[in-house]
Amino acid sequence: MSDLIQPSEEKELAAAVADANSAQTPIEVMGAGSKRAVGRPLQTATSLTTEKLTGITLYEPTELVLSARAGTPLAEIEETLAENDQHLAFEPVDLGPMLGQDAGLGTIGAVFAANLSGSRRIQVGAARDHLLGIRAVSGRGEVFKSGGRVMKNVTGYDLCRGIAGSWGTLAVMSEVTMKVLPRAQSTRTLLFVGLTDEVAIEAMCAAIGTPFEVSGMVHLHGEFAARLVDSDILRRPGPVTALRLENFEPSLDYRCARLTESLAAFGKPAELDDAVSRDFWSNVRRLSFLQGSTDPVWRISTAPTNGAKLVAALARRLECRVAYDWSGGLIWLQAAPSADAGAAEVGRVVAETGGYATLIRADANLRGSVNVFQQLNPGVMALTRKLKESFDPAGILNPGRMYSGV
Amino acid sequence: MTDLATLEPDAGVLDRRDVLIRGLRELVPEGSVIADEDGRRAFETDALTAYRQMPLAAVLPATTQQVSRVLKFCGENGVKVIARGAGTSLCGGALPLQDSIVLGVSKMNEVIDINFENRTARVQAGITNIDISNAVAPRGFFYAPDPSSQLACTLAGNLAMNSGGAHCLKYGVTTNNVLGLKIVLIDGEIIEIGGEELDAPGYDLLGLIIGSEGQFGVVTEATVRILRSAEGARPMLMGFNSSKAAGDCVSAIIGSGIIPVAIEFMDKPAIHVCEEFAKAGYPLDVEALLIIEVEGSEDEIEDLLSRIQEIARPFKPTGIRVSQSAAESAAIWLGRKSAFGAIGRISDYYCMDGVIPLGRLSEVLADIGKICARHKLRVANIFHAGDGNLHPLILYEANDPSQVERAEKCGAEVLELCVKVGGCLTGEHGVGVEKRELMLTQFTRVDLEHQMRIKTMFDPDWLLNPAKVFPLELRPS
Repeated sequence: MSDLIQPSEEKELAAAVADANSAQTPIEVMGAGSKRAVGRPLQTATSLTTEKLTGITLYEPTELVLSARAGTPLAEIEETLAENDQHLAFEPVDLGPMLGQDAGLGTIGAVFAANLSGSRRIQVGAARDHLLGIRAVSGRGEVFKSGGRVMKNVTGYDLCRGIAGSWGTLAVMSEVTMKVLPRAQSTRTLLFVGLTDEVAIEAMCAAIGTPFEVSGMVHLHGEFAARLVDSDILRRPGPVTALRLENFEPSLDYRCARLTESLAAFGKPAELDDAVSRDFWSNVRRLSFLQGSTDPVWRISTAPTNGAKLVAALARRLECRVAYDWSGGLIWLQAAPSADAGAAEVGRVVAETGGYATLIRADANLRGSVNVFQQLNPGVMALTRKLKESFDPAGILNPGRMYSGV
Repeated sequence: MTDLATLEPDAGVLDRRDVLIRGLRELVPEGSVIADEDGRRAFETDALTAYRQMPLAAVLPATTQQVSRVLKFCGENGVKVIARGAGTSLCGGALPLQDSIVLGVSKMNEVIDINFENRTARVQAGITNIDISNAVAPRGFFYAPDPSSQLACTLAGNLAMNSGGAHCLKYGVTTNNVLGLKIVLIDGEIIEIGGEELDAPGYDLLGLIIGSEGQFGVVTEATVRILRSAEGARPMLMGFNSSKAAGDCVSAIIGSGIIPVAIEFMDKPAIHVCEEFAKAGYPLDVEALLIIEVEGSEDEIEDLLSRIQEIARPFKPTGIRVSQSAAESAAIWLGRKSAFGAIGRISDYYCMDGVIPLGRLSEVLADIGKICARHKLRVANIFHAGDGNLHPLILYEANDPSQVERAEKCGAEVLELCVKVGGCLTGEHGVGVEKRELMLTQFTRVDLEHQMRIKTMFDPDWLLNPAKVFPLELRPS
């Protein structure tokens, strides 16, 4: 059992990291630990959680800004926002449930540390695009800030984006400030059944090229689709392509009709109403289709028009089930268990088609033996090592979680 | 402006000027190195014209390979490099040093590839901002960040400063609209980061490079996100009898759940100058004017504008006017986009770029008025109200040294005020030379050390656009 440090103030956090830095003791950094099972396995005697650094410190709905200490539960922030009909527009995916944890455990700091974005990424940007400011403790044990609480800020380098997505390997965030946005009044979903991957992506790319602001586009293989859509809507089993529209009611009437018209070549879609739509997309956000299994899961990011080709190439060698998000540009691939979780095939195919892959679910042994985060080109890898050294010269924060020696 | 403190030039480099220029000429095609006095003069300043400095030479490479050769040569010879797009920086971002070359990227201005399915365009970095939108407009697409200087400014400069624009309330700034880069480092190494996919693997180097003011390397290509244009857009004008009423109205609109694609604010002095210039039909009898633009189909626009007018009612707007035609919309925007030029016709001005929390708007505008009055200078305010990005224009007479000095002091006090109320020194123009000495009002030394170490990591000898962004006294020795 490892030691657990639970600072409840930034000062304590800084002192703990400074101690670890001078003693050169590596520490595992986490929020609530719901994503502990992602990344290369760590071997540290000490863990540090921000779970006790909690509380919303600023919320100005008319300025679209909210600040919270890093350990504040995401669920608490979303409840507070909902009271004002606002939300985190990038709808962070919840990795917890597919990793065997309960839903909704994550902290706000971890959302940004892992740069978790959901289906609305295609319309509003990623988590990192909504991060306005941070306070953090670098591996040197020093408190620093970047950005602030205003919408536009180019004062100095943009360390917010540098720290977002770094999985706790550069600094431990103590407080984050983010842009929040109004929730749409209503939601509707157009559902196509039976499209092949290739045709579905063609449809999604066509939809996003219309002016109707489609805010979510997923295509699910039949096994996954059956878990998200009721059989009375689905009628016959098969893959499902779902397109989400969000707006004021009168706009939705208009936009659904126009979008259906412009996608006539792909068939006539079913239309999910507000309640059914919200349910569907919240299941997508929790990755419900990946739950209840321990089979390896890869997350592959690529250009949408490469998606179908990439999956077809993989399916020739690897038994797999697939869900596409982001208009085809994000692939959740659940592979049948194997000695390397399909790493060799995934690595080869992704290198050929372009994009990159991350192994999100696999047991610790596997995560220790294959590349969890895809290897970077040598130039980028060299900069990656230097950046790590700049923030964390003793290499104490989540050492090796992303790449060996980083 | 008053004399600018600068680094002691490297005498070794100055002495070897002829040799260095001969060396540079071997690396790029004939005519690409400009060393004569008249030619160099075109590069001695940017849009912050108060500061001028002739560089050793200007080099205008046409390919990434040529950029690589030039940077390697400069790295090996200890020659400082100021990268330059179109020279429209308002903060002296492209101001040369006496012992530097200027590396202009304007010859690299091609569109390389457009993919409408993936909504991406790969372009050379010297392309102008507007030419990206022009290239994709026939299919109904556009590139979202739209700085006022978009006709002239280059993507390279936008990347360096992380530029915004009037429509970033809805569409974000440069960093939110770029997916990949090709960057050349000071040792000549060419690195590709990101690509067509929506997020890049590993650390967010893309996010660090954008906004680094040309201090990390020279970007020669970028993959940007292009977006489908809305079916239509229409601006509406609303006048108010106080800045407070206008500011409160903006808060009420945003609080109601409507995010207009743009909300621009002008105060009385700005309205008068812009109306004189653009004949946009701005009301002249109001204290503050909002230009509010919404997008959608005809019916949606009608619906949104009537919702906004309903929300605005308690703030007693006057002179409400909804644009009735494309020509009228263009005139309304022309007035706003040419505001700086219009004011430039009547006076020299010093353009500020501070950002404040919107809730403090009326109080800050009142205080800016007081600061300027104390320095006996006039001020006109024009800004992006939706995001609190202020552009006070402090009017002064450039030939009067006392006014110049007062304008500088006045500007610094205005920016300090922005920081004091919870905002920042610059929202979209960048720090450059102009605001570097004010950085410690917003940041601690430790904050800046975390930033400067990244500079050192990319550029160990601080050759790329040095003497910008950070207070000179903080530079590592």
